[in-house]
Amino acid sequence: MTRVSPDAAAGASADDKTFDVAIVGAGPAGLAAAAEAAEAGVSVLVVDSAEQPGGQYWRHRSERAGSDDGALHHGWRDYLALRGRFDAGIAPGAIRYLPGTSVWMAESAPGGFVLRLAPAYGPGPSPAPTVRATSLVLATGGYDRQLPVPGWHLPGVMAAGGIQAFVKQNGALPGRRFVIAGTGPFLLPVAANIAQSGGSVVSVLESASLAGWLPRAHRALGVPAKGLEAAGYIAAFARHRIPYRTRSVVTEILGSGQVEAVRTARVDRDGAVVPGSQRIIEGVDGVGLGWGFTPQLELPVQLGARTRQDADGSLVAEVDAEQRSSVPGLYIAGELTGVGGAVLAVLEGAVAGRAAALTARGRGGGSAARTPELRAIARQRAFARAMHLAHPVPRGWEQHLHDDTVVCRCEEVRYGALAAARDTLAGEDSRAQKGVTRAGMGWCQGRVCGFAVSCIAGAEESGAEQPGAERTSTARSGSAPTSSVPMTAAPPVESLRQTMRRPIAQPIPLASLATLEPEAELGRD
Amino acid sequence: MSRSRRLGKTGPARRMGEPQKAETQMAEPRTVEATFDGEPLSAPVGSSVAAALIGSGRPAWRTTRDGERRGVFCGIGVCFDCLVEIDGESGQRACMIPLREGMEVRAASGPSRGAHNGAEVVE
Repeated sequence: MTRVSPDAAAGASADDKTFDVAIVGAGPAGLAAAAEAAEAGVSVLVVDSAEQPGGQYWRHRSERAGSDDGALHHGWRDYLALRGRFDAGIAPGAIRYLPGTSVWMAESAPGGFVLRLAPAYGPGPSPAPTVRATSLVLATGGYDRQLPVPGWHLPGVMAAGGIQAFVKQNGALPGRRFVIAGTGPFLLPVAANIAQSGGSVVSVLESASLAGWLPRAHRALGVPAKGLEAAGYIAAFARHRIPYRTRSVVTEILGSGQVEAVRTARVDRDGAVVPGSQRIIEGVDGVGLGWGFTPQLELPVQLGARTRQDADGSLVAEVDAEQRSSVPGLYIAGELTGVGGAVLAVLEGAVAGRAAALTARGRGGGSAARTPELRAIARQRAFARAMHLAHPVPRGWEQHLHDDTVVCRCEEVRYGALAAARDTLAGEDSRAQKGVTRAGMGWCQGRVCGFAVSCIAGAEESGAEQPGAERTSTARSGSAPTSSVPMTAAPPVESLRQTMRRPIAQPIPLASLATLEPEAELGRD
Repeated sequence: MSRSRRLGKTGPARRMGEPQKAETQMAEPRTVEATFDGEPLSAPVGSSVAAALIGSGRPAWRTTRDGERRGVFCGIGVCFDCLVEIDGESGQRACMIPLREGMEVRAASGPSRGAHNGAEVVE
């Protein structure tokens, strides 16, 4: 396989294996962190699995094929400004950029961190298999959270974010006639992008009731840009005549070898199908599903960073106002600290990059965060929390599953097997389920099914809990801030932690294991 | 046969902050020619292997052990549904990899399953 060597795109560095600050991820948070750290005068390494910067949010047309006009993007000018600062750091060698590269292991080491790198695809070892950094910023973002539904294994069914990534990257649609379903404001730009790109969206099905917004709408006023963004989508939906149905779900996806139709229904407060509300939408060749996002927490968990369960039920990393994790020298920014969108990610990334640079220069403990940034971060987090509470993973989603519905797509473990393991074999968490049923043991290592399997495994226990019960973190120490979880299908936090324990954070070619240095070489220099 | 629709959005103007100026633009053709299971597979420059397959009327290219057809699902390299063999290297994610000139893409041979006991190694 031929591709541009990552080295060709990277800046030179005095020592190409040791850096003041290493940043994992080149999305909104990673780019902001890199720009700030480089401008603070330290040496910076940026590792990113994609071919070009931007992350998922600003994923764009191949720069080899020409420019992207940003028509499908929000905040494109912000991206271009950040990208300009990023490129300005690469040119003189302040930033060394390794695209197409995965971090498959991160370890604490004397005086900092050791990262093991591998090519994101293709054979052979990475040109720099092992790198070190004094401080580390993790900004690896997240991916669509999924709930299984009968027929979701059919070709043509995609993650909602996958459709958007496909359109942004390829300038083409993976189908013609789509149904978008799940929960959250992210469904809106996905549908709008499809319509803008010449596809049709038959329906957008939102499981939540929009009334959920009203009690919390005042919080959105603190973030006026969000209101403008929403107004833009409402206009786009009107222009393209996209029906947006609340308290509605896809109960089954139908087709023979490919998506052909979907069965939809209205649901009540408990997620039960409203009698008589079922209907079938025919002539569909694309379905986009998304239930919020799952932060990619493998590396923080590998490093022992303290975690907690956020308002959306996701496992997230705990950070302080300087984006410091519980591990000295480790800073975490963006979706990993709580799903909150690109604007928040950029703010957090900037603080993390500055703080990591200070730490690398031995001036940790200073105030890297500026007051206006802290205010903006607080506003964005309040908005994110309101959004999560308004768009919960609905109770009752399991009612739509059949015994033969695939839950773990990799190992083709079906709902009946998981329910049986839970009821008769004490498969009460994701680790026990994995041992008994192989759910989560395949290629994706539970990234897609981990949340759902945790919900299914803990179904009886969750049902018995008080709504709004406090679920707290006890990852390493017993003391941690608490977060209340709303009336939602949130799985037990310990089960989520198990799904994030992946000794190898990313799949790697065997050649990368072969390049592992003996431990002695990793010791003190 | 094409299921995908291309967008007419490749403005010539380059913007600030987009590096690697015209070097590759001049050198590469607008369309990439490759093969899938020996048959011609072409796509615009910059398309992923997955986009090339879908764009050429192939919504699915892998068969699971239970006999189900799979194509692309997560679209961002997380789910491994879209696995193909590329230039003899198995276990490659079609959604992550740009189609290149002369690339030999093949349907994943045999049932694609994860490695055993949680070891996550691309063999």
